[in-house]
Amino acid sequence: MREAISRGAWGGMPLFLLGGLAVLLASLSLAISVGAVPVPLGTVWSVFLNRLSPGLIEQSWSQGREAIVWDIRFPRALLAMMVGAGLAMVGASLQAVTRNPLADPHLLGISSGSAFGAILALLHTGLFLGLLTVPLLAFAGALGATAIVLAVSRIADATSADRLVLAGVAVSFIIMAAANVLIFLGDPRATHVVVFWMLGGLGLAQWAQLIYPLVVLAICAAWLMGRSGDLNAMTVGDETASTLGIPVARFRLAVFVAGALITGVMVAFSGIIGFVGLMVPHVARMLVGGDYRRVLPASALIGAVFLLWADIVARTVMAPEDLPIGIVTGLIGGVFFVWLLGRRSAV
Amino acid sequence: MTAARLSVRDVSWSPSHDAGNLLHATSFELAPGRTLGVVGPNGAGKTTLLRLLYRFHHPTTGSVVIDDDNIWDLSARAVARRVAAVLQEQPSDFALTVGEIVALGRTPHRRGFAGTSGARDKDIIDEALVRLNLSGLANRHLGTLSGGERQRVMVARALAQEPRLLILDEPTNHLDIRNQLEVLDLIRTLPLTIVTSLHDLNLAAGVCDDILLLQSGQTMGFGPPAQVLSEAAVSDTFHVVARREQLSHSNTDHLTFHLHAKGPPR
Repeated sequence: MREAISRGAWGGMPLFLLGGLAVLLASLSLAISVGAVPVPLGTVWSVFLNRLSPGLIEQSWSQGREAIVWDIRFPRALLAMMVGAGLAMVGASLQAVTRNPLADPHLLGISSGSAFGAILALLHTGLFLGLLTVPLLAFAGALGATAIVLAVSRIADATSADRLVLAGVAVSFIIMAAANVLIFLGDPRATHVVVFWMLGGLGLAQWAQLIYPLVVLAICAAWLMGRSGDLNAMTVGDETASTLGIPVARFRLAVFVAGALITGVMVAFSGIIGFVGLMVPHVARMLVGGDYRRVLPASALIGAVFLLWADIVARTVMAPEDLPIGIVTGLIGGVFFVWLLGRRSAV
Repeated sequence: MTAARLSVRDVSWSPSHDAGNLLHATSFELAPGRTLGVVGPNGAGKTTLLRLLYRFHHPTTGSVVIDDDNIWDLSARAVARRVAAVLQEQPSDFALTVGEIVALGRTPHRRGFAGTSGARDKDIIDEALVRLNLSGLANRHLGTLSGGERQRVMVARALAQEPRLLILDEPTNHLDIRNQLEVLDLIRTLPLTIVTSLHDLNLAAGVCDDILLLQSGQTMGFGPPAQVLSEAAVSDTFHVVARREQLSHSNTDHLTFHLHAKGPPR
């Protein structure tokens, strides 16, 4: 692996992106094809093409198949890609501005804050802002949790890698406890749905709602990509970054807000899906090196593919039941975390 | 490379309103191309002074002027195009290569979205790598380098910034003798204005044009090494008994330090 990174100026990026896109497309097709009702790959793309331009292909499949492919599995797979890409990019960016290889929206309590906000909207306040209520309150919760974690880490002087994560986990516990109180106090008929949503799941994806995560992701991803040079500088150190002309405190805050925005909207639509942000950037760095101009797009690609596959596993291991996808990513991510700890102590 | 004129005028700094000054009103002038060594015991305010020079701390009173511009009248980026600093921060291992770290020096010069790098950027980076003898290591990871090599990478990164004033915080710390000498040799040959803090007074005397001697945030002396680093001043500042002796072969001055006034009669 080390050899792969050491190839230096790295002309391999276009090739990596091309290969990654091919894998992504293949994974997307497979994710739509696989399920309780298997649909042939040909039908998947015929439905897609027919939707893009009606009448292009003569319909040889049932209306039921069409509904499964277009109304259920396509939006679900697209949401999986966005959530995976988004959380991976958030993790990568947080790792740079905290100089902490363990930073992750889940471990830093940002996901818990989003969940708290979303539960508040789902069970208590009602949708007073329409469809945007849940994502907006999730974003507010994410921002609140971020502020608390930053304050705690400052008060407890826990800016080192391991102690920042401890501060995040501690805050995460407290917020989850508060969120559970909200569930406990909520309408018992609705709590079942909410508890399942919290374990992480993409089953609620609908075409009409995909626009929200898409817009947030597109804007934040573009901004982060534009700042990739500054993210590189932040990995060297706060003071050095500031001597390079970067307004360090303001920049770190902006990255946290962008991270809270992405995490908030993703949690609102998919519940808590942990460890993607921790794991994927490390894999990306092994493949393309440490320059954020490559780490960010690579993380987005790998995160999207990873979550498509996690969802395939979640839908098939206990078919016809859907296993909450958070269980799958938690299991894989937890093992990865242990491996990472072992590797770090070995260095 | 052009060198900057540095004027420090009545600069003092305290961390907050009610706290005492960590640096009391300090003034000095440094002509273009000169090398200033900042020396003093631990906690004397060396790092504080350097931080005021590279625009990390805002002075409580006074001003830092580089080529007729107060650095706080300029943007952080504009200052970063004139002043580079090599600090003691150790980059965490994020799999950046030596070449990528050195390229960070171009950050304040980049414009536009995602900071596209031009051919000139690449030339400057290559030149910095060659100058610090790092060409063969450009594709290596920082984490795999020795302490001396890492220090050279950070200096190359600073040079890629094309500064007119270079600030170094204890550049010889944790380096073996050869690497220390190489860093000092570089300081001697760079056509820049340089401010460096140094622990070793004899090294400082050998490499610097001027010395600023600090104690508890107070200036104890500023001027040529032979004049500032007198036996009395050094003894007083460091609370030791310092003696200026002559090395018998090279006939150069050398300071020695003792806890008590004993030893061979003078």
